[in-house]
Amino acid sequence: MTTLQYDGTYEGWLTAVFDIYAYKLEDVVFNKPGASSGLMFGSTHRVITDETKGERVWLGLQKRLSADGLKRLYKTFLADFEKPEETMWHFVRHVFNNSHNVEEDYSHPAVWEIRKTAKRVDREVHRMEAFVRFKLTRDHLYYAIIEPDCDVLSLISNHFESRFADQRWLIYDARRRYGIYYNLENVTTVAIDFHQGRATSNLIAEISDEREEFYQDLWRSYFKSVTIAARKNLRLQLQHMPKRYWKHLTEKMSKG
Amino acid sequence: MVNERVLEKLEILSDAAKYDVSCASGQSKRANKDKGLGDSKGYGICHAFTEDGRCVSLLKILLTNHCIFDCAYCVSRKSNDVKRAAFTIEEVVDLTINFYRRNYIEGLFLSSGIFDSPDYTMERLVKIARKLRTEQNFNGYIHLKAIPGASEELMKEAGLYADRLSVNVEMPTEKSLKLLAPEKKHQDVLRPMTYLKTEIAGYKEEKSRNRKAPLFAPAGQSTQMVIGATPESDLDILGMSHHFYSQMNLKRVYYSGYVPISDDNRLPSLGTPVPIIRENRLYQADWLLRFYGFEFNELVGIDQPNLELDVDPKLSWALRNLDQFPVDINSADLEMIIRIPGIGVQSARKIVAARRFRRLQPEHLKTMGIAYNRARYFLAFSRPFSRQPDFTSNQLKQLILTAQKSKYTSAFSTQLSLF
Repeated sequence: MTTLQYDGTYEGWLTAVFDIYAYKLEDVVFNKPGASSGLMFGSTHRVITDETKGERVWLGLQKRLSADGLKRLYKTFLADFEKPEETMWHFVRHVFNNSHNVEEDYSHPAVWEIRKTAKRVDREVHRMEAFVRFKLTRDHLYYAIIEPDCDVLSLISNHFESRFADQRWLIYDARRRYGIYYNLENVTTVAIDFHQGRATSNLIAEISDEREEFYQDLWRSYFKSVTIAARKNLRLQLQHMPKRYWKHLTEKMSKG
Repeated sequence: MVNERVLEKLEILSDAAKYDVSCASGQSKRANKDKGLGDSKGYGICHAFTEDGRCVSLLKILLTNHCIFDCAYCVSRKSNDVKRAAFTIEEVVDLTINFYRRNYIEGLFLSSGIFDSPDYTMERLVKIARKLRTEQNFNGYIHLKAIPGASEELMKEAGLYADRLSVNVEMPTEKSLKLLAPEKKHQDVLRPMTYLKTEIAGYKEEKSRNRKAPLFAPAGQSTQMVIGATPESDLDILGMSHHFYSQMNLKRVYYSGYVPISDDNRLPSLGTPVPIIRENRLYQADWLLRFYGFEFNELVGIDQPNLELDVDPKLSWALRNLDQFPVDINSADLEMIIRIPGIGVQSARKIVAARRFRRLQPEHLKTMGIAYNRARYFLAFSRPFSRQPDFTSNQLKQLILTAQKSKYTSAFSTQLSLF
């Protein structure tokens, strides 16, 4: 058994796939920095990320998959589940073993797994498009904090850029400690030390636009008054809006 | 305090608007223009869910709940003793923009009680939409109520700013409308609907020839019927829906289970439960009409005027048509696979795609996320063909009902224990 030690980037992973074929490696597992390496036996192969090698694997996939199929593979990578690389490898192996496109071969376990995982990422993307709650600061920045299950910032960036084209905004993923920032021209990735613990209510009051709290109050009040008491169904609410997201939802926060 | 007054108005005017169940924000593609604010991408987004489990997609408010009419089923009826309020045009614009900028909403759903005259009311709705589109360069979603009796010029202008227009038919039959809203006639609703249908079709055609032609209510029209306030059967209701979809080209018909709001003796008394299950069955039937290729007379008929409550209308249809089963998913057409209980449109498409690679077996279906325990009674597999015993439709129904855990179980067990 061989452990492929790669740098945790998508390109690095594609290079790893190249190496599997180049060195005829069998029984592979993947490991990236920061993840626990549970293997005590077997050898380790260190992957050195290489643009050309990655590109060759990508082109090979491009020949056999549709744009949708390629995207599903990438989304699986962003899913942030335990070891998505193995599933991805099983899928890629199935793709390269066939000369025709097998992305719809749903009764094949790896194809199904990729579809299922990509779907979960899509759902998380959709949730973040819905659950981002911007707050306005005094210097006219709309900022939001999220903690999504999957690493979706790169997938939601276009949506927010085209929608909020005339306001500066920042969406910060507190779990992965980076954000995307739009400066009225383009979106850039920013890594900032943005400790929530330090954001005391005083500080928030200091940096907030003077009307910010008013609109939050209005929104909370609106949220409450559109509920039809005779139809109360908390189970349904939770199903659509699981509790783990409430922390950053203005309407579920108490005032102040 | 100005702020407190706005807060109070929002409470009153959103509370009064909440019985309009439409919350759709999809089906309209509107690009962000000149780096302005907002866009619609063609799919709706539910930004929040209230404690009743309903989606909040739009800022849904009345401009005012003052009304000259006295319709028994409506909270804003003239004779009802409720707090009245009215927003100014600026207040609605400000709320919409500031909620939108914070990503609370997809846009605005603006309705209103009728004050003074239909034209006077409609003019104000249009003014708000115009301000949003032209002064604020707002490209988010706008749903406007088309006020029956308003002039065609105003309707037309509304269509140029709004993504969707709707006129609510409210009562499924003329007779019920006469009973509960003596001042209104079905014709009042059908006239603007017919006018809008022609305009929408005209602009759409123009757009197909000239890309630069203006959009006119690109998300089409919708309407709403109140369910359970009056004695109509599901045959009456779905017959009406069928008419709206096929003759009026409506995008959506909404069914609103009547929430008792009045001690009027023409209506179910206060405390009567909302007919939530029936409403759900009607929506399921509506889906079958729009996406599954069912005809409405396959679901209800003179011999069976109401949908069954204990099973969904698709299963109910299958049980009445056992001669059409079992279906071999390895060879049947997509249209027939869609009709198998437990297999939805998406799953049916997956099956048709996946069977090109190998013959599908039961274990494949199980992993592909199909409700196999329900579907299995309607499937034929050639290898190994384990013959299903010949169940009668009643036996099948009991088998499926025992196996499933319905979210309505408690509702039925109380109902059944009465007999």
